[in-house]
Amino acid sequence: MWRGDSVFLLENLVLKDFRIRYRNMSLGVLWSVLNPLVMMGALTFVFTRIFPNPVKNFPVFVLCGLVPYNFFTLAWASGTTSVVDSAPLVKRIPMPREIVPIAAVLSNCLHLLIQILLLLSAVLVFGGHWNVHWLWLPVVWMLEVIFVCGLAMLTSALNVYIRDTRYVVESATTLLFWLVPIFYSFDAIPAKYVGIYELNPVANLVFCLRNILLQAKSPPSSSLVKLSLVSFTMLGLGTLVFRRGKRGFFEHI
Amino acid sequence: MPVIEFKNVSKCFHRHAGQILLRERIARFLRPEPRERFYALSDVSFKAEAGESIAIIGHNGAGKSTLLNLATSLCDPTAGTVAVNGRVAALLELGSGFHPDLTGAENIRINAALLGLNRTQARASFDQIVEFAGVGDFIDEPLRTYSTGMMMRLAFSVAVNVDPDILIVDEVLGVGDQAFFSKCFDRIMQFRRAGKTILCVSHSLPTLTTLCDRGIWLDHGRVVRAGRVEGLIEEYSHSLGAPLTTAAEAR
Repeated sequence: MWRGDSVFLLENLVLKDFRIRYRNMSLGVLWSVLNPLVMMGALTFVFTRIFPNPVKNFPVFVLCGLVPYNFFTLAWASGTTSVVDSAPLVKRIPMPREIVPIAAVLSNCLHLLIQILLLLSAVLVFGGHWNVHWLWLPVVWMLEVIFVCGLAMLTSALNVYIRDTRYVVESATTLLFWLVPIFYSFDAIPAKYVGIYELNPVANLVFCLRNILLQAKSPPSSSLVKLSLVSFTMLGLGTLVFRRGKRGFFEHI
Repeated sequence: MPVIEFKNVSKCFHRHAGQILLRERIARFLRPEPRERFYALSDVSFKAEAGESIAIIGHNGAGKSTLLNLATSLCDPTAGTVAVNGRVAALLELGSGFHPDLTGAENIRINAALLGLNRTQARASFDQIVEFAGVGDFIDEPLRTYSTGMMMRLAFSVAVNVDPDILIVDEVLGVGDQAFFSKCFDRIMQFRRAGKTILCVSHSLPTLTTLCDRGIWLDHGRVVRAGRVEGLIEEYSHSLGAPLTTAAEAR
C-alpha cells in the first residue's frame, strides 16, 4: 500500500518536469514567449497582407486563439505519452497512477501562465484596458485544465494498450489548428455549425477569451454551461477509463 | 495481524502482452487465438509477522521478483489475495525515479515523495539522507556527474531513510564499496532489531543466512519448501550441486 501525500508528490513531479524542460534550454522561459510571438507575427502577416480580413486588432485576436491551442496540444500530447514514458515509476513505485498524467498536464500550466501573461500584456499594449470581466479568466482556464486532465487520463490509459494512440493524438492536434477558430472569427462560422463548435472546449475557450479581452464583456452563459458540462463529463469519463485500465499497466508497459 | 499475508496467490502473465500496436489488436479481434499464458507464481501462501525477516530463494525465473512486486502492490494477483499492512520501501531497482539532469538534492526530494513521505517528513529526513549517502558537496551537482556507486548510495540512502515498516530488498546489496556494503548491512540489521519486516532476494546465500530467519524456496512459481533459513539454504545449495561458499568468498 502506498500511503504517501499525493499533493506533495504531484507538486514534486510537476516541478521536476518543469526544471528538466527549462534547464536544457539556454533561453529558458523565453521560449514560452517566443513561440507564440513568432506564430502571431506570421499569422498576422498572412491574414492582413495576403488575405486581408475585417477583424480589428488582429495580433491580439490571433493570440487569443494561439495560447489556448498551444496549451491544449502540448498538454494533451505530453499527457498521452506520460504513463508509457514513466515506465520506471509505474513499474517500480506503487503510487496512485492517476498522478502521472495529471502531473504531465499541470507541468504545462506553468508554461501556460507565462503565455497568459504575454496575452494580457498584448491586450494592454494594443490599447485594451483592464476590466471587471477579466475575473472570468481564471474560471474559463480552470475548466480547460479540467478538460485536458480528463482527456489525458483517457488517452494515456489507451496508449498503454494501443501504442498508436499517441500518433492519433498528434494528427488530431494538427487537425484542430483548423477546426478551432484561431485565425477566423466565430462570426464567420455558418449558424448550423456553431452548435458543434461550442461543444469543442478549445474553440469555446477561444470564444470566451475574445469576449473578455477584445469586447470587454463577460462570456455568454450558454458557452460557460457547455464548457463546464463538457469539461466535467470528460473528467468523469477519463477517471473511469483510467481506473479500469490501470490494473493492467504493470503487465503492459 | 500479519504484516504480509499471501493466500493461495497465483500470478499469470500473457505472453507478448506488452508493446501492442493497433494492427495486432485488429488482427486478434478478427481472428482470436488462445493466448499463451504462463504462471509466474502458482498457489503461493505465506505470512510474515512484524519483525520477521524472510529470504526468497530460487533459480532465475522462479518467481522471486513477481512475489516481491505483488508484495509491493505493483500489480494484482490473478488469483488469491495479497494483504500488506504498513509502509513498504522497496529496494527493487534503486533510483527508479532519478533524473540525470536534476541535482542530488532535487532527486532526494522527488524520491522521498514517491516513496510516500509528506512535506514535513521529507524536510526532516533530508540531512540524514545526505549524511548517510556520503556524497558530500556533490549533493548540489546534477546526477549525471555522479559515479554509479555514488548514485546507488544516494538511492539506497533515500529508501532506508523513509522509515518503512516493510523493507523489500532485491539483490541490491552488491552496490558500492565494502565500506558502504557494511553500512547498508548494518542498517538492515538495525531494521530487524527495530521489529520491521524484511523480504529479501539475493543470490549471495551467506548474506541471506545472516540477514534472515525464515526462507521460502520457489521453483517455477511454486513453493518447494519453507522453513528455517539455515536448513533451507543448505538444501538449496545441495540442489545446485555446489557447496555453500563462505561469506568472505561471496563478497
